[in-house]
Amino acid sequence: MTHLHELIVCEYCDAVYHRTPLLRHQSARCTRCGGVLYRHNSLSVEQRLALSVTGGVLLIFANAYPVMTISMKGISNSATLWDAVMVLSSGSITFIALVLALAIIFAPILQIAVLCWVLGFAMRGHRAPGFAGCMQALEKLRPWSMLEVCLLGAMVAVIKLAGLLDVIPGIGLIALAALSMLLIYVAGRDIRDLWGQV
Amino acid sequence: MSESILADDLHVCLCHGCGQTCDLRESAHECVRCGAPLHRRKTNPIARGWAFLFAALIFYIPANVLPVMRTEMLGQGSDSTIGGGVLEFWEAGAWDIALIIFIASIGVPAIKFCSLALLLITAQRRSSWARRQRSQLFRFVELIGYWSMLDVMVVALVAALVQLHGLGTIEPRPGILFFGMVVVLTMFSAMSFDPRLIWDSPSQQGERSDGAGD
Repeated sequence: MTHLHELIVCEYCDAVYHRTPLLRHQSARCTRCGGVLYRHNSLSVEQRLALSVTGGVLLIFANAYPVMTISMKGISNSATLWDAVMVLSSGSITFIALVLALAIIFAPILQIAVLCWVLGFAMRGHRAPGFAGCMQALEKLRPWSMLEVCLLGAMVAVIKLAGLLDVIPGIGLIALAALSMLLIYVAGRDIRDLWGQV
Repeated sequence: MSESILADDLHVCLCHGCGQTCDLRESAHECVRCGAPLHRRKTNPIARGWAFLFAALIFYIPANVLPVMRTEMLGQGSDSTIGGGVLEFWEAGAWDIALIIFIASIGVPAIKFCSLALLLITAQRRSSWARRQRSQLFRFVELIGYWSMLDVMVVALVAALVQLHGLGTIEPRPGILFFGMVVVLTMFSAMSFDPRLIWDSPSQQGERSDGAGD
């Protein structure tokens, strides 16, 4: 029997295939159900780490600076991501504030922190302490990290308010835009390749 | 395409934690690489899928009936619901924004309810109808899952911004809690469904169901 690591099982229909190396921009698909089996991974460990550290810097900007500022008749007010969470936490709807905090603050912070930790050790060629737990955390966090939705939400909010008062996009919004794209790229499914690399 | 070799034929199983192909004869319950528990099929996929879906349907009613936010501008207050927000943009002539919000807050949940119900019913009947398309439908539901959180984000950002004392304030209202719950519950429903059930044929189902519970 061939070695198990040369086999890949389709997660959607259980069909088994032999792994073959892919070229750039290629992805392997299941012939039975059409699901993606795996994609070509164009990022090296060094590039991933560099992007993760960039993500960390963007994360600080996205959280420390206001996403938007509004002004009306000389009074102005600005809001950060944390303010958006806090405004939901009052009264009977606290639960949704927890979901939102996870989706736009805690999940991205954890993803970036775990990535930096795991990749930092991978650079030197060995597995970080708690490697298995970290990799599982990345899998579990992925569906709950919703920065790209928040980005679209911020844009809708700008348009919603623009008719009533002056809206000025802040540094936080630009950082948010860059960070959401970067997270899709760096924390995606192909991070699983690390299991074979270190 | 019956010529495909299946995981069960080789006594292997995919680890959902790390994507490793695991030999079930070597270790039947845990992935040898990452230690995550192995499941040939998810536990009670159909019962859990329905439970989360019904809970979401129940919450969908208050999510649309109750106001999601309250606007107070220069002493005048008004409550707005999800549908009201769409209408407001539509009447103001911003049909493109109205369309985005309509798709994200009314279209996506409705599509999700219908798709999940369809997947659950056909999986329950072990139907062999349009398997490939149903697989694609599942992936589509997985993909669009969290975009309905858009409304929660918009309300949170708008309410955090518009806190101008004396001039105007916007406050979130309970509708948004139910709306967020609908999104979270449908995500759980999609996560508990096992897409491999689509491909199980009635004859194989009997012998496989014994291993499905672990």
